[in-house]
Amino acid sequence: MGYAVQGGGLFPHMSIFENVTLIAQLEGWDEEEIESRYQYLFELMNLEPLFRDRYPNSLSGGQQQRASLCRAMMLNPPLMLLDEPFSALDPITRRGIHDEFRKLQRAESRTMILVTHDMAEAMKLADHLVILKEGEIVQEGSLEDVTKHPSDEYVASLLTLQEGGS
Amino acid sequence: MIRLLGILVMMLWLPVSAAYADSKPVVVASKNFSESYLLAEMLSQLLEADGNLVERRFGLGGTLVCYEALTNGEIDVYVEYSGTVSQAILKQAGSLSIEALNEQLRRQDLELLGSIGFNNTYAIAVKASLAKERGLATVTDLARAGDLKLAFSLEFLNREDGWPGLKQAYSFSGEPTGIEHGLAYQAIDKGNIDITDAYSTDGDLERYQLTTLIDDRSYFPDYKAAPLIRRDLDTATRQSLDQLSGLISDDTMRRLNGEVVVQNKTFAEVANRYLFEIGLLEETTKQDSVLWDRLIKNTIIHLQLTSIALLLGCIFGLVIGVLVYRSPNVSRVVVYLAGLMQTIPSIALLALMIPLFGIGFVPAIIALFLYSILPILRNTITALLTIDPLLKRVANAIGLTPRQQLRYVLLPLALPNILAGIKTAAVISIGTATLAAFIGAGGLGEPIVTGLALNDTNLILQGALPAAGLAIIVELLFELLERILVKPHMLKGVLPT
Repeated sequence: MGYAVQGGGLFPHMSIFENVTLIAQLEGWDEEEIESRYQYLFELMNLEPLFRDRYPNSLSGGQQQRASLCRAMMLNPPLMLLDEPFSALDPITRRGIHDEFRKLQRAESRTMILVTHDMAEAMKLADHLVILKEGEIVQEGSLEDVTKHPSDEYVASLLTLQEGGS
Repeated sequence: MIRLLGILVMMLWLPVSAAYADSKPVVVASKNFSESYLLAEMLSQLLEADGNLVERRFGLGGTLVCYEALTNGEIDVYVEYSGTVSQAILKQAGSLSIEALNEQLRRQDLELLGSIGFNNTYAIAVKASLAKERGLATVTDLARAGDLKLAFSLEFLNREDGWPGLKQAYSFSGEPTGIEHGLAYQAIDKGNIDITDAYSTDGDLERYQLTTLIDDRSYFPDYKAAPLIRRDLDTATRQSLDQLSGLISDDTMRRLNGEVVVQNKTFAEVANRYLFEIGLLEETTKQDSVLWDRLIKNTIIHLQLTSIALLLGCIFGLVIGVLVYRSPNVSRVVVYLAGLMQTIPSIALLALMIPLFGIGFVPAIIALFLYSILPILRNTITALLTIDPLLKRVANAIGLTPRQQLRYVLLPLALPNILAGIKTAAVISIGTATLAAFIGAGGLGEPIVTGLALNDTNLILQGALPAAGLAIIVELLFELLERILVKPHMLKGVLPT
């Protein structure tokens, strides 16, 4: 399972390349395999090749977040858990990274569980929505289902908020 | 890094272990004052003249260190005083003859050989000018004077036959302070103190123009000097040692001590000259090892002591730190215990080592090791605990095993702090190791201890300066190591948001 968190959670003592490829190295992948997967993901996420040997602290928040997604996808996991990965980014960066995220879904389709507080983000990226309130599931269904038939006022208010928001 | 340290330690260890591997030498010890050094040197030269191999363990820190070392078989002989034997070892009051003492020492398998001749009893010393001005001739006069500043050596302050008894015998009212014996004369010379204890054969009495007060109530017992040995010592060695019997009078001893402390001749030179004078030895031209040789040898031993202790401290501190850091309670207990160790004064810890491990290299390393644990352990635990919890969570979530988390994430992130702990431990060890000379471990403390005994600032500096230099060099080396091992941005504590 791939995993990415808010802020990226990159290890500060490792270069971007080391961060992204650490698990593959430990899994015993051979050099070429690692290299080609790394190149592929880096291009996919629109990252500058010269970041390779930089340390996370010299990258912007959005760049760190993209590198973090590269790390999460390195082993090509069937399932990915993304815990508010984009919430600390400014709106413009976030929009850019949303586009790359969708590109990613098209390039390698897999199940991704994205946790977010941002309704707009959810509606933009999700096929299937699960709305939680105080740890309980309030409504679950396809994007269309939920937008057309909100199960209660809470869900309805969330949807209204997003319309005003973006 | 650890492998590199290992090689370094091996290199340092070789020259000394080769010297230790020689066939069994007679181990001659002395306490840490000049007369004891001088007599031990005379005994050593007599033994060597009779074809024995001699190992000199001079400058041991006091009676009990020597006594424990002798009963444990760490040393073979040192010169002891009859009064010290009866009071400090046998715990009896009064002056006993050497024969009477031997009756009782038999139970401990120890024996005093024939008296060397002189009686070096305790004396109360005061500046000649002050004695004249205040009309002090006897200890009774002093007890009546009342307002003078008394400062006695710590051994004198604490011994039954020292201050506690003297205070009773003469009904003293004042309270003395403690002072290192080697520093007392300078203090009295500068007028910081008025009265101190002295040995009646002390060569310094003349140098500082001190006079001794008459013990008018005969309080101080006899302190006849004689070699103290274990009863199982072989006959040939006994005969070599016994040659000195009855050959040094009070005046002679005071003169010989004076040659060392006032004229700055070496122990070897004075011992050799006198033994030649009385026809026991041919005069030799053998010189003490030159300054640089001695300095290098002491520095090497010092580095061995500290590096081995530090290496053990690193292994122990890191392993324990990694094992316990997850449990705050266990961590607290472990750090508390390590801290407790730190509060034991170094001299006391070294003395505690003697009954367990004897004297010399091994107990010194153990003591230094115990001191090095706290900084390393505490920094390791703190460093591991203060790592950003998010990074710990990520390390776990991306599928690293606990061992991999430690190896690739936790330890590298903790490294700057751990290195700082090791650096602290190293610098502390280098300082503390100078005290190891008190239990015969050698090193840069040796010239310091000898210098204190001789009141020779020059000699003290020969130990203190290189030790200080060593501490600075080690500090710089660690900074270099830090620069090699740790990325610069990790030192500034810069973390990604």
